[in-house]
Amino acid sequence: MTVTAMTASEVAKKVVNNQPLFILDVRNGDAFSDWKIEGGNIQYLNTPYFDLLDGVEEVVSELPTDRDILVVCAKEGSSVMVAEMLSEEGVQAAYLQGGMKAWSEHLEPVKVGELSNGGELYQFVRLGKGCLSYMVISEGEAAVVDATRMANIFLDFAQEKGATIKHVFDTHLHADHISGGRAIAEATGAMYYLPPKDAEGVVFEYAALENGLEVEIGSSKLEIEALYSPGHTIGSTSFIVDSKYLLTGDILFIDSIGRPDLAGLAEDWVGDLRESLYSRYQDLANELIVLPAHFMIIDELNEDGSVAKKLGDLFKENHGLNISDEQEFRDMVTKNLPPQPNAYQDIRKTNMGQITPDEEIQREMEIGPNRCAVR
Amino acid sequence: MVQIDFTLDAKGLACPMPIVKTKKTMKSMDSGKVLEILATDKGSTADLQAWAKSSGHQYIGTETEGDVLRHFLRKDGAGSPEETITIPEIALTDFAQKVETDENLTILDVREKDEFEEAHIPGAVHIALGDVETRMEELEKEDTIYIICHSGRRSGIAGDLMAKKGFDKLYNVVPGMRDWTGKTV
Repeated sequence: MTVTAMTASEVAKKVVNNQPLFILDVRNGDAFSDWKIEGGNIQYLNTPYFDLLDGVEEVVSELPTDRDILVVCAKEGSSVMVAEMLSEEGVQAAYLQGGMKAWSEHLEPVKVGELSNGGELYQFVRLGKGCLSYMVISEGEAAVVDATRMANIFLDFAQEKGATIKHVFDTHLHADHISGGRAIAEATGAMYYLPPKDAEGVVFEYAALENGLEVEIGSSKLEIEALYSPGHTIGSTSFIVDSKYLLTGDILFIDSIGRPDLAGLAEDWVGDLRESLYSRYQDLANELIVLPAHFMIIDELNEDGSVAKKLGDLFKENHGLNISDEQEFRDMVTKNLPPQPNAYQDIRKTNMGQITPDEEIQREMEIGPNRCAVR
Repeated sequence: MVQIDFTLDAKGLACPMPIVKTKKTMKSMDSGKVLEILATDKGSTADLQAWAKSSGHQYIGTETEGDVLRHFLRKDGAGSPEETITIPEIALTDFAQKVETDENLTILDVREKDEFEEAHIPGAVHIALGDVETRMEELEKEDTIYIICHSGRRSGIAGDLMAKKGFDKLYNVVPGMRDWTGKTV
């Protein structure tokens, strides 16, 4: 019997294709209940590795024989040990290469659609954390929106596509994950845009992302247009790409809406949130395809692994867009909020350039689920 | 100070090795003895706590010195009910607020004499941890007492000793003087 590694990319494909998988998660119980690999056809058993040091006999009987078994831990070491012990008992099991750390950092690029003049729009799905980033490519030029910390993935992808990154945007100052925007801009010489109202504490140079800003990608001038839509943060800005796609940032998700409290100003910003969703977005074409910066649950993924839906459908189906009573809306987004993301204040400081933790600490800060929405 | 009987150096080792080695070392120790584990793997704190719980040992606490974590475990310590008393904790920030608003707070500082003399909170009573057992009667059992040390570990042990003798309104201030930014004398 051999112990094989399964990569985060292979796990991602199983999740997207809804293939069966059995996960033996050997992290401690708190870590498991806080955050795990989610998937529609995944079964779980959580037994900490330290309870298996004397032998795995007790779990063997609980493992299925009709689906692949994947042993998962934080960084890999313990899962290799447990997979080897299982192998000695005659059970074939793989371990997750790089552990939950690798899962948290894995990005799955999905093509969302064709743009005019042969352009393409890609969505980078960070399954482990629910973050979504975007790259618009047209005629050898590219723009990146809401890039995650793993800047190299975007740089490599653009290179593969033969495109030069010209513009880098963050729809808002993120509080749940560390932005890779600044690093990408520095590596490519691209312009890095942030909404000035979110950027008061930012200590580096940036270009102002303001309502009505238009940038063009490629020689046939594919358009990206900025639309001021505050509420999650006071600077939150959406993008309309090629008159076809609406990148909503953390204002509007597929099955939920943005929360206004991560900068400590829920009461002040709830009015802005309502106006963005119930007035500004209402004026847009129903045919626009909404591309948010997050998903919360795996059910929000389409069959091809993308997270996208027509604005008109969201007006019908998304509860957060259908609360006619203003007070009820106000209560929903300011009361009973989910816990705030782990380390969100340090993440905001990092994104403002006020602190520069080393990579290992940045990783730790991002561990855990994102919690940017209210439902 | 808690009496350390054995020290295990697990610095530089990645998970699962710190726990594998801890388990092995604990096996050869007598009940009640204390093991100090030096580790650099950040995940070791949560894992050692959970492991101690599931295997009947007492997790005494962790001190951080630069990159090195110093964990303290007492073998089989969680087995007897006497040993499982843990007094409630109060966060240093909440404690600081109380100090500001109430000057008559009873604060017990259990650090060593020279640490105490260097800087302590005005009005704090000093009984070094080693003397707590014999001198705790100097304090009133009915009083609410906030116990403090450098990091919160020694104060926790002092609190447990006192709780066993009938003090029942005790709080362990965590972390402790290490991060105290308020007034000192």
